[in-house]
Formats: sequence, C-alpha cells, structure tokens
Amino acid sequence: MSGAPQVALPRWVDIGLMPVINLVQALLVAGLVVLVIGVNPIDAMRIMAWGAVYDSVAISYTLYYATDFVFTGLAVAVAFHAGLFNIGGEGQAYVAGLGATLAILLLDGYLPGILLIPIGLIAAMVFGAGWALVPAYLQAYRGSHIVITTIMFNFIAASLMVYVASDLLRAPGDMLPSSREFAPAAYLPHVHDLAALLGFQMHSTPLNLSILWAAACCVFVWVFIWRTRWGYAIRAVGLSPKAAVYAGISPKGVIMVAMCLSGALAAGVALNQIIGYHHRLLLDFVAGAGFTGIAVALMGRNHPVGIVLSAILFGALYQGGAELAFEIPTITRDMIVAMQGLVILFSGALAYMNRPWIARLYAMFDRRAVLAEAA
Amino acid sequence: MEELWLQAVSILAATLRTATPLVFCAMAGMFSERSGIIDIGLEGKMLAGAFAAACLAVVTGSAWLALLGAVLVGVLMALLHGLACITYRGNQVVSGVAINIMAAGLTVVLGNAWFGRGGQTPDLAPEARFMPFKILSRESAYEIPILGPLYAFVIGGHNLLVYVAFATVPVAWWVLYHTRFGLRLRAVGEDPKVVDTAGISVAWLRYRAVIIAGLLCGFAGAYLAIAQNAGFSPHMTAGRGFIALAAMVFGKWRPWPAMFACLLFGLLDAIAIRLQGVILPGIGQVPVEAIQALPYILTVVLLAGFVGRAMAPHALGQPYVKER
Repeated sequence: MSGAPQVALPRWVDIGLMPVINLVQALLVAGLVVLVIGVNPIDAMRIMAWGAVYDSVAISYTLYYATDFVFTGLAVAVAFHAGLFNIGGEGQAYVAGLGATLAILLLDGYLPGILLIPIGLIAAMVFGAGWALVPAYLQAYRGSHIVITTIMFNFIAASLMVYVASDLLRAPGDMLPSSREFAPAAYLPHVHDLAALLGFQMHSTPLNLSILWAAACCVFVWVFIWRTRWGYAIRAVGLSPKAAVYAGISPKGVIMVAMCLSGALAAGVALNQIIGYHHRLLLDFVAGAGFTGIAVALMGRNHPVGIVLSAILFGALYQGGAELAFEIPTITRDMIVAMQGLVILFSGALAYMNRPWIARLYAMFDRRAVLAEAA
Repeated sequence: MEELWLQAVSILAATLRTATPLVFCAMAGMFSERSGIIDIGLEGKMLAGAFAAACLAVVTGSAWLALLGAVLVGVLMALLHGLACITYRGNQVVSGVAINIMAAGLTVVLGNAWFGRGGQTPDLAPEARFMPFKILSRESAYEIPILGPLYAFVIGGHNLLVYVAFATVPVAWWVLYHTRFGLRLRAVGEDPKVVDTAGISVAWLRYRAVIIAGLLCGFAGAYLAIAQNAGFSPHMTAGRGFIALAAMVFGKWRPWPAMFACLLFGLLDAIAIRLQGVILPGIGQVPVEAIQALPYILTVVLLAGFVGRAMAPHALGQPYVKER
C-alpha cells in the first residue's frame, strides 16, 4: 500500500513462492505453539490435513467453508486494489443477511424458488453494499478514515442485528433470537440434493450452490479489475491517487464503486449461510469469515486465482481443525483463529521481512538479477 | 430522593469501573498514534495481557507478579507491532489486525490446554487479585447522608488499578506536552522528516511510543482479569479495545478529552445495563442495543466532521523511509 521497498523479483516468486513461504512460517509458529501445549505437531498436522480431505463429506465441508472465504476474500481484495482497507466485511456480510431475510420473509409465501433466491441474493447485495457505502462516502467526501469507520460499522451492525433478531424478527414462541424459518421454496439447493437427482449418493452436507455464485464472482472480479475501464480506474487510484487524478480519474467515485462492489461481494456469505444452509436469520452467522477474508486476500495476493486457492486452504484448515479438536481435545478450534492471525502477520504485516533475503537467495541463482540490481 | 441519589451514585461507580480499561487503552492508543503508528491492536494486546495476568495469578498467587506478566506480554506484542510497522515498514492496520486475531486464538488455545475448562482460567483467590479498598463499610456509608455513599462508592471502594488508570491521564498529558520526549513524540507523528533532520532517531522514538502502548494495554488486561473479574474467560475484552480506540479518536488524540470520552462511553454502558427491559414513561422500552452502539455511532459522526473536527496526526500510518 505505501512505502514498500521494492526489489525486482520475477512474478512467480512474488505470487507463487512468497505465499508458500508465508504459510510455512505461519505453520512453523503454530507448530511451536502445539509443541508448547504438549502435542506432537507432526501428528496434529497429519490429523488436520487428513481431516480436511478424507472423504466426500470432509471435502464438502472444506468447500462449504471455502465458499464464504472466497466471498470475503474477494471483498477485501477489491477494496485493496483501490488502496482501501475494508475491515468491515464482517459487518457487511452480517447486514446482507438481514437484506436476504427481509426479502424472503416478505415473499416466500408467493413466489417460487427460481425467483425467490435471486431476489434474496439481490437484497443481500443491496444491503451489503449499502453498509459499505456509508464508510465509503465518509472517506470520499468527509475525509474520515475508512479503517476506523468500517470497524465502527462492524460493531454497529452487531448491535443492530441483535436488536433485529431478538426484538423485531423473532418468531413467536421461539426462544432463540432468530427469524422464522423460510418456506422450503427459498432454500438454495444443496449439492447432495443435486447429486441425488443425477443418481449419485452423497452424504448430506451444508455445501450448496452458492459455490457457483462464488465462482461467478471470481470471474467477474477478474474481468472487472483487469479488463474494464472501472477496474483500471480502481487500480490507478490504488497505486497512486495523485497520478490517477492527473489522468482524469476521480478518486471519490472510485472509492464509492470499489466499496460498493466490496460490500456486494461480502453479501455472498449471506447466500451461503442464510439462503443456502440455515434458512433463517441467526445471530453471528458470519462467524468471523469477514476477518478470515483479510488473511485470504493477503495470501491470495488480491487475485481471484490466489483467493480461491487460499480460501480452499482456509476451508481445509477449518474442516481439518474441527477434526483435530475432536481427535485431540487439548487443541481447540481456536487454533485456526491463531493460524489466521499468523498468516496475516507473515503475509501482510511482515511482508517486507522476507523480501530482502528471498531477493538475495534468488540473486545467487540468477546472475542477471544481480546485474539488474547493481544497475 | 435518597433512592435516586443512591441510583446515581451506583451508576457513577459503575461508570468508573467500566471506563478504567478504556482509559488505559485510550492512553495507549494515544501514545502510539501520536508517534504516527496506527494501533488497532489495542484489543489484542489487552486480551493477551489479561490472559497472562490470570495465568500468572493462578500459578504464583501474586497479583503483582501477574500485573508484571501482563505488562511484559503487552510490551512483547507491542514490539512485534513495532517490528512490523517500524523496522519492516509493513501495513500498520494489517499488523494490528494480525495481533488481534492471534491474541483471540492463542489465548483460548493455551488456556484450554493448560487449564481445561474451555479456555477459562480457574477462579482466583482474593489474595491473587487487586481487591477494592474498603474505606467505609456499606452500613456506615448509609449513615452519612449524601456524601457517605459518594465517598464509599465513587471516590473510594475501587481497586488500585482504577486509581492508576485515572492517574495515567495527567501523567500522559504532562509527558506529551511538557517533556522533551513528548514534544519529539508529537513531532514524529506530524512530520518524521523534521525529527530525523534534527538528528533524532525516528525509529527509536516510535519504538518507545509503541512500548508505552503495550505497557498500558497490559495494565488494562490485568485490570480485567485479576481486578474486575476473578480470572480470564475467552474473548473477555469484548471489543473494549475498539471502544477505547473510538474514545481516543473522539477525544481527538488528546489525553483529557480522550478520558472524558472513556467516561462517557463507560456511562453509556452503565446506563445500558440498567435500562435492560425497563419501560421509560413516554418513550417505551429503549432498545439496549441502541445505547450499546452509541459510542461507535458518535465516533463515526465526529470523524465525519459533522460535529467539530477530529484531526489525526499528520503522518499517521505512513512508514518512514529515511532518504538515502
């Protein structure tokens, strides 16, 4: 974002090798922690890796978690491209859930699923984008820092949703603060349902068709950021707002567009969780996915391909972590949270720690790089 | 009338208790941000400090050793933040997020591994905690009209760390505005190049600022775990680090206004708890969530410049690159 000491490294090192090194560093520290609490880290690693892929159920869960992380990862990445740090993915996804719920609660008595689900998704996107637009407006036109505002908006969203879920939408006679269950027409089909239609037997898992929407979002973000005028403007502002102004691009408009898109992407979590799985509004259904998105975007180098890969990695960590916590009760699932923090630390905060020694190492193998650097 | 006064006194006392960790963290954030280093890791440092305090109090039984441990852990995490932001010129917000998330994960993992109980530490004995000073007993306080309860519950009757928290405010004010270090600290947050040109190390100044921040966050954590409560429970900071950050912004990066913002937010919290389920005449039931969200809303409104103007230190968030 700013003040980066740039050393010329080939692209494959930057986007391929670096994230792997960051991941290894994070795993090493996590391994150390596991060692401290008296568990063999190799065993823990084996249980976790196996737990994420051992059968179709495990893989489905991995992908189900990964779907959320693709949405939030893309949301963070799009804002990053505009030079904005959107920490508000959590709140945007949360409020998006309200949009989806309101739309479906209003209409699920009248419309078929083929209309209900898209309307729910659109409502979610409108609410998510709206929740992102206020901080965007305040940053663009009132000069308040988007990081602080999006943090504040996460908390405001949390309070709002507690109020809505426990006071406004709570179904009569329901003890839990949640809305009533949607009519089955509004359920986004599960993958195991579709498999059954095609004659395959699959165990029932939460994995649903929102994974297709995640794939579509990835393609859209790639096209939008790298192949459209708007994307160009976003990247220009992200690299240098002054140069962008000089080129006739309005940073204010770019901030609005980037954050709007960011919030709409984060709304995918509502599709996966609310329309796809819980079928009702629940408290805290985002469950930290907004923050995981930061780690995913950083490790995925803000590129859809990288984001998909690191989202699947984090999905595997979540699923494997659940297995690990089951097998070795000493280790709780919070290990995954710690792991996220470590990934953010190494691939984000300490990104420039690795560069010099990797550059030196690379130079030992490539004489031309040395000459280029000397020049 | 007397009933109302007792209500007011108890709300004031609760305000001081909830404001204490906020004051520590707001001062911490102020030192860091005045030097130009964004600190959204207050929450994580406080949480880690709370965990360290509870662990040490369980193991050693000494509140003082626990406090020391909390401060050490807070400073260590601050040094990590410094390493990322000052030495390696990383993104300061990213580093803060990393610290918060790591603290949230590691405290539960370690706590569960060491004590079982799902990350909670065992209940602490009074000897291992900072207990409220007993100046007047409850009965004798009620005998003195008006001033009795005020003295017993608002001025007295707190634990040591409450007084320390409010004492840090004048100290912070004096350090910032009346010492050479403070002058330089403010300068480095406004324009590091000037400080560098004067032959003063930008990095060392900023490191000192983040170390102070870590230290104060350690105090805040110790207060939560071994003074206000009798042990650590997962995620016990519950967003207080962010409220403190909001209070600091609300106080425009200045010690006294930041303290008053902490008191205001503490008061809102104290009122919110008492208003739960209460039906006010003419208004009806006030949604407690609205009061709980008020600190954040107020901060957003202030930052947006609709009421006054909050100006951040000029060089906030920009890593300093010495010209070669």
